[in-house]
Amino acid sequence: MQPTDFSLRGAIEALNEGLVSSVELTRAHLEAIEALNPRLNAYVTVSAEQALAQAKASDERRAEGIAGPLEGIPLAIKDLFCTAGTRTTAGSRILGNFVPPYESTVSGNLLRDGAVFLGKVNLDEFAMGSSNTTSAFGPVENPWSRANDPDTRLVPGGSSGGSAAAVAARLALGATATDTGGSIRQPAAFCGIAGIKPTYGRCSRFGIIAFASSLDQAGPVARSVEDCAILLRSMAGFDPKDSTSVDVPVPDFAAACARGVRGLRIGVPREYRLEGIPAEIERLWDQGLQWLRDQGAETVEINLPHTRYALPTYYIVAPAEASSNLARYDGVRYGLREAAPDSDLRDLYERTRAAGFGPEVRRRIMIGTYVLSAGYYDAYYLKAQKIRALIKRDFDQAFQGVDAIVTPATPSAAFGMDEKQDDPVTMYLNDVFTVTANLAGLPGLAVPAGLDAQGLPLGLQVIGRAFDEETVFTVGAALETAADFRAVPGLRAGAV
Amino acid sequence: MSFTLEGRSGPWEIVVGLEVHAQVTSEAKLFSGAATAFGAAPNSQVSFVDAGFPGMLPVINGECVAQAVRTGLGLKAQINLWSRFDRKNYFYADLPQGYQISQYAHPIVGEGRIEIELQDGSTKTIGITRLHLEQDAGKSLHDQHPGKSYIDLNRSGVALMEIVSEPDMRSPEEAGAYLTKLRQILRYLGTCDGNMDEGSLRADVNVSVRRPGEGYRTRCEVKNVNSIRFVMQAVEAEARRQIEVWEEGGTVEQETRLFEPARGITRSMRSKEDAHDYRYFPDPDLPPLVLEASWVERLKASLPELPDERRARYVAMGLSPYDAHVLTLEKETAAYFEAVAKGRDAKIAANWVMGDLFAAINRTRTSIAAPPVKAEHLGVLLDLMQDGTLSGKLAKEVFEAMVETGKSPGAIVEERGLRQVTDAGAIKRIAAGVLEANAGKVAEYKAGKEKLFGFFVGQTMKAMQGKGNPALVNEAVKKLLG
Repeated sequence: MQPTDFSLRGAIEALNEGLVSSVELTRAHLEAIEALNPRLNAYVTVSAEQALAQAKASDERRAEGIAGPLEGIPLAIKDLFCTAGTRTTAGSRILGNFVPPYESTVSGNLLRDGAVFLGKVNLDEFAMGSSNTTSAFGPVENPWSRANDPDTRLVPGGSSGGSAAAVAARLALGATATDTGGSIRQPAAFCGIAGIKPTYGRCSRFGIIAFASSLDQAGPVARSVEDCAILLRSMAGFDPKDSTSVDVPVPDFAAACARGVRGLRIGVPREYRLEGIPAEIERLWDQGLQWLRDQGAETVEINLPHTRYALPTYYIVAPAEASSNLARYDGVRYGLREAAPDSDLRDLYERTRAAGFGPEVRRRIMIGTYVLSAGYYDAYYLKAQKIRALIKRDFDQAFQGVDAIVTPATPSAAFGMDEKQDDPVTMYLNDVFTVTANLAGLPGLAVPAGLDAQGLPLGLQVIGRAFDEETVFTVGAALETAADFRAVPGLRAGAV
Repeated sequence: MSFTLEGRSGPWEIVVGLEVHAQVTSEAKLFSGAATAFGAAPNSQVSFVDAGFPGMLPVINGECVAQAVRTGLGLKAQINLWSRFDRKNYFYADLPQGYQISQYAHPIVGEGRIEIELQDGSTKTIGITRLHLEQDAGKSLHDQHPGKSYIDLNRSGVALMEIVSEPDMRSPEEAGAYLTKLRQILRYLGTCDGNMDEGSLRADVNVSVRRPGEGYRTRCEVKNVNSIRFVMQAVEAEARRQIEVWEEGGTVEQETRLFEPARGITRSMRSKEDAHDYRYFPDPDLPPLVLEASWVERLKASLPELPDERRARYVAMGLSPYDAHVLTLEKETAAYFEAVAKGRDAKIAANWVMGDLFAAINRTRTSIAAPPVKAEHLGVLLDLMQDGTLSGKLAKEVFEAMVETGKSPGAIVEERGLRQVTDAGAIKRIAAGVLEANAGKVAEYKAGKEKLFGFFVGQTMKAMQGKGNPALVNEAVKKLLG
């Protein structure tokens, strides 16, 4: 076994027992990145020197008897988290040269706990996308491929496609990610790994480049549910620098993984049985429910009547907030500036933003600007906010009778890089199972649960009550155990 | 009292409402910890939040909220326990976030009122529509370089209170009196320093005209007027412009205008058609601002005395309404007066402050905040008069010496030997000498020329270099003649 094959939990134990050093772990990952990243394009910035220095410092701390919960663990950081002194691009040309002088709270928490940062990983531009094809730094490739069509390059999902691909290909033990409409759970499902979007307010948004402020949440992706639990415990916590972060205790999420589901009531929303969903996804969902019943849980049909409005609601709220959040990228203070010698201010704005933003970001800025405009605000934004409240109420009512909800994570397995690119609405449908948790602010976990007929991973999603990530981890771990998901992608460290 | 402007076709009434931007007195900005001092080097008081850096988030400054609530209480206004911040979206080089955070739909303070005093002694109540908190923008400097504009973000994110009045004012004088009174209240509360020349207080003036008895006609907004005098001039200039438009058969268009003090006119800045679509929506980075009623009550209980109450108290102390008005105009004047009047005769204290002290301030070009004579020194001077050490005349002399030297009255009295002579025996001897030297006049007096009495008193005082106690001198002369 090579160091890149450790689970995060396994690596912590191996470090504790002195079987491996952080420098060895880090070097193995850097070598794997060097070998595989030219193909996968998961990392946009590799901080090899810094990572090795951090690893060395970590080994020294450990030698002195000081070891944080993540001491010496090499991680990948989504390039949406500002990292002091390391370029942070949001996958956009407009921030292509931006080096923040400050650290995001979440990445700072990981450093506090001893983590080593291998580098910054790719994403859809400003986290807008479900395929990681909108990045200004090129698309990320999914390390998995179809059994009968190995030459078609697949997307890793998005927006945290770099995070998911890096972790699936063993180019990191875990990664930070963010989720606005499914950006953690969909790529995790596409890449056969676990990922949790915690409750809104659980992780600080300070220092994370904003897409849609009321929906954005940071969370981890890793190769097991427990690894996600370990990472989330370090990432989470109240932060006075984020007014929307919530001051509640951060429990030992990993401990919750072992609780078992006996006696839990699992909700199965009728409205999530969508037309046109592949039969194998339906079957996997039913299988997952059976696994939970086999372990002593009870499954109950529930109603979430406003589900069908979730996607349109999301595609009003998120672009509206984005159109305002992205106004600051104007070429005046930092980042890209495009101007002609005779440019006035307006011309500077137009040139900079036209050159700096890709088509998907521009589309969403235009949609967002439109839905907030005088005369349209009531019909779109205000109505969307009302429906959002109804969707939240649906969940509140459902959670009076169930402890968690289980659904498919995505309506399909990973698709080809040149598929679904013609019509943005087809692409938006990727989020159909995940956006509701963002709109309601609830925790959602994607767990790899099986393979489709092409040998591609499929995931299930566990949604929980606000700030009850523990039950979500309990149910997720139970699904993981029953699924006994051992398949590995073709493109991974040591395999090529 | 009604004020009208006479047009060619008859009288016109002016309707004025003010939107005042008052900078909140606070160490830090509304949503960041950066400092707010005036006059600092450009871009030296800017945090990453103020400069709109990626990933930065606003966090409300509780002191700014308290200041807004105090101001609301001082304006006798409704305090809204639930309010919310919205984003006002527009692009400008000195607006780093691309939006201003402001309370558009749900302000922290609702309806209130201000009582204004007019020249003729009458008062009038002006309604306050609302007060809300918002961020200031930075400053664009277009005159530093021939081809470039410079941006100073020191003001970016500074907390402002926008205080909106009802269109209740009917003359330039009322507009001026409103702004004067508002500034007075803000200064008493300590919630805004009211320095209009530093931009701490700016007014947007909404003006329309109408025939007496008519409903409102279209108004125009004159932006960013930065002195009380200019507000009054702008009201009149804009009203006259509108009257001319109407009288020539035209229509006043709603627009934003600028006042040019040098030419005494307003000119168009942008029309309604050019108005921005600000795309207001609730700021998702900030939860609604929820206040506890008990906290508001505590602020209310700790509110300083306001001008109206203080004026009433001074009248109760025996001052005339006019004196009370003058002494309460500035918080510092009132504080000075109270220090002098404490334990002393209020009327005498008021006379000295408004008479000799104000004159000295004018003459020495100083201010009540840094007065030429300390309040405690003036108080001691009053005491020296009260106990007979100094006559009124000597006191004036000592006061002038105090202005010149800054010394205490006691020291001046000692140094210059100005102590009043109250030794009745000594006075009698000197008076007797005066009468002896003027035997002829004494004879005239005794023959009935009684007004010579004053002459004898004056001569006695002169012989004493003015230091004789006037009452004792009078008494001595009377006895000796008698």
